[in-house]
Amino acid sequence: MRRDRLRRLAVLALALWMVLPILPLAVWSVAHGWRFPDVSPQDWSLRAWSFALSGRSGILQSFALTSFIALATTLLSALIGVPAGRALGLYRFRGKGLVTLFLLAPAVLPGIAVAFGLHGVFLRLGLAGTVTGVILAHLVPVLPYMTLVMAAVFSRFDPDLEAQARTLGATPWQTFRRVTLPAILPGLMTAMLFAFLVSWSQYLITLAIGGGRVQTLPLLLFSFASAGRNDITGAVGLLYILPGLLVLILTARQVTGRGAAMAEGLRP
Amino acid sequence: MTSLSVSGLAKRYAGAGQAALHGLDLTVESGSLTAILGPSGSGKTTVMKLVAGLIAPDAGDIRLGDRSILDLAPERRGIAMVFQNPLLFPHLTVAGNIGFGLRMRGLAAGQIASSVATMLDRVRLTGLGDRRPVQLSGGQQQRAALARALVLRPEVLLLDEPLSSLDPSLGDEMRQLIRDLQRETGITTLVVTHDQTEAVALADTIALLLDGRLAQVGPPETFYQRPATKAVARFFGGVNFIPGIARDGRFDCAFGPLHLPPGIGPGAGLLTIRPEALRFGPGPNQRGARIDAVTFLGTQSRIDLSVADANLQALVAPELARSLTPGSDVTISFPPEALWVLPSGG
Repeated sequence: MRRDRLRRLAVLALALWMVLPILPLAVWSVAHGWRFPDVSPQDWSLRAWSFALSGRSGILQSFALTSFIALATTLLSALIGVPAGRALGLYRFRGKGLVTLFLLAPAVLPGIAVAFGLHGVFLRLGLAGTVTGVILAHLVPVLPYMTLVMAAVFSRFDPDLEAQARTLGATPWQTFRRVTLPAILPGLMTAMLFAFLVSWSQYLITLAIGGGRVQTLPLLLFSFASAGRNDITGAVGLLYILPGLLVLILTARQVTGRGAAMAEGLRP
Repeated sequence: MTSLSVSGLAKRYAGAGQAALHGLDLTVESGSLTAILGPSGSGKTTVMKLVAGLIAPDAGDIRLGDRSILDLAPERRGIAMVFQNPLLFPHLTVAGNIGFGLRMRGLAAGQIASSVATMLDRVRLTGLGDRRPVQLSGGQQQRAALARALVLRPEVLLLDEPLSSLDPSLGDEMRQLIRDLQRETGITTLVVTHDQTEAVALADTIALLLDGRLAQVGPPETFYQRPATKAVARFFGGVNFIPGIARDGRFDCAFGPLHLPPGIGPGAGLLTIRPEALRFGPGPNQRGARIDAVTFLGTQSRIDLSVADANLQALVAPELARSLTPGSDVTISFPPEALWVLPSGG
């Protein structure tokens, strides 16, 4: 009984921990005037929401652009990260430690250093201020996660399964599609969701490479916040949280419990 | 059906000092069951992977009938391989696994289902088609893996240590199943194993591979009765080797002259006799011997003997061993038909 109550208390605490910071945003987004000492706003209004959701604010366009950039970054990082993770997870080769270090470097380097370093290069390549440039720049912080997660997934994958498929008449593509992909899919999904989130939350790199011409949601959020538009900031903030919330719900089953589908085709 | 032949097949792995395989020549007759036998590290799995096309040889050729398959990708060779582990695809059902190859060929679902159902019956997995691989026992998984290869009606079937992961009673069952299915289908089959009893019980022909070289090829009996070298004899449990010279149907050695069976050429060599072929009691080629030790081994007992300063080992039934006491003198005989002379040195 007591353990049950403790567990319920823990769940409640966890929920509060996650919900409480969001609460002021939600209140702000529907507040009409809210001065300091007051506990609640003077008045309520949906003005901020109708502005945010109308075409003229550019917030929905920014939402779409941010989604597109995050999606493209995710797919590109999967295209690079799956083979790279496979090499790291399955094979031993000379200089593997060094390769791993290089892969991890962007994750520990300060974002501002990466941003300004890249900016110079991208300027010369004509990529500065373009969506393509921003996507490529986002790969820097995203790839380490993708590659390392896939390396962990492949280290539990038995490559003999692929050899077996080939001797049963499967072409290399059929082997990947019918044997490898089903085995790595749960891990790949998790890695892609996190890749999406990492790209989604980039501020500094987008600002530096996009030069203000690529207005993603974090940039917009920051400009509304610094302009003192707390109601619109609240609305945009809530929109901004949306994918993260979705990811949390989608991955909760995979990252917890029995490792859920992670077991498929992978050695324990 | 088709024969499988390899010629001059050689492979050295990158970074390895010694070649895994030195120019192997071997023909697996059409419809036969041949076993490549060798200790671990002898290069036998390398042969399998080369034939299956999973790795490329440094030199040599691989032929099905008279057509080289060296340049074909694994999926186009018409060769199915069953690995040492069942390697069932975990995301598919047992039926999905067995039908995998047919599906890759683009067969219609109905056709696949009926072939799979027939195959399930043949390997005695009737009714288990809807199970997941993890729900099967080790023996059932191995049978499903065999069915998955056989359903393709390959020109050549490769089996890598098919019994080694099973416990002995299941191993016997699997061996019988492989024998029966191979006889029924007549598929040219190449088995790789490190276990000589497995090879002997399973194969029509054994190819013994020692250190990446072919030591001897022939029907199982020849490895016991007519081993080519001392190394071959030792691999098959030969322990008695007596140096001497063969001439005029006799072998002169430390025991004095022993009569040889006809057909053994003259020259210096090593006389060998299987430990189970030594006879206790008088007979042709009889000698006096002293018993040094008697060791009970379960189904047999090992007798260590000294004969004129040389040591010999005999294997006898435990009932007979009870009458033999260490330190006593006995008469033993070397039946001439059980004697064989190996080249000395080899």
